[in-house]
Amino acid sequence: MLETVLFVILAVFAVGTAVLVIIQRNPVASAIFLILTFFSLAGIYLLLQAEFIAVVQVIVYAGAIMVLFLFVIMLLNLEKEKRLVARSWLMKTVGAFLGVALLIQIGMVFRQALLEGTPGQFPPEKVAALGNTQVVARLLFTDFLLPFEITSVLLLVAIIGAILLAKRQI
Amino acid sequence: MVSLSSYLILSAILFSIGVVGFLLRRNTIVIFMSVELMLNAANLAFVAFSRFLNSMDGQVIVVFVMSVAAAEAAVGLAIIMAMYRTQKTVNADEMNLMKW
Repeated sequence: MLETVLFVILAVFAVGTAVLVIIQRNPVASAIFLILTFFSLAGIYLLLQAEFIAVVQVIVYAGAIMVLFLFVIMLLNLEKEKRLVARSWLMKTVGAFLGVALLIQIGMVFRQALLEGTPGQFPPEKVAALGNTQVVARLLFTDFLLPFEITSVLLLVAIIGAILLAKRQI
Repeated sequence: MVSLSSYLILSAILFSIGVVGFLLRRNTIVIFMSVELMLNAANLAFVAFSRFLNSMDGQVIVVFVMSVAAAEAAVGLAIIMAMYRTQKTVNADEMNLMKW
């Protein structure tokens, strides 16, 4: 019962703040509302008993990535952009229609697809006994070792690329 | 007990909001935020499936998605800054340097 109430509160909060992200004029306000969306998603991850993902969501998304966004917004002078006229009503209607059409399509897929599969080897009781972080870490360094190492190369490329792009003169 | 489909519906709604924002906004930074919203919706679906199928693989994949999102945000925002330096705008409609 408590779980359902918490889920409804967090879900409504997440959807509401997500809508506010895309209708706000000011990009700083958009970024603040996006941080609130990330926090409510972290709460939903806690409901799903994914404690490690919830904490990483707050640290990496709400912390690191959004600070990067806010820094870029503050480095650029966006006064001119705030006065931009909005898109025409035709484009707005087409965009909203496409969004609703996509939502209906995803809903139809969920209705028809079989949402079950062969259960894995980590029932919630076992994960709770071992500890969520320990299970994720063990998988990360055994079954997913190659993707994990490739991720480190990807991050290195991203660092070099970002520095090269942001530098005035190479 | 909240069912799997409620989590998936929430994920679908968040993804659609991200798509609408991507289509409607002209500020490149807000377009990037919409992309982050879509990535988060995909993460939510991964975690929900991982919980209801008794498998931890979904949560491991979410860690990878987050690192890719971080790399994408860093490079994308660097491109926006380089663009602002040459074009003095972050409006997606005015970024037509490579348009024929």
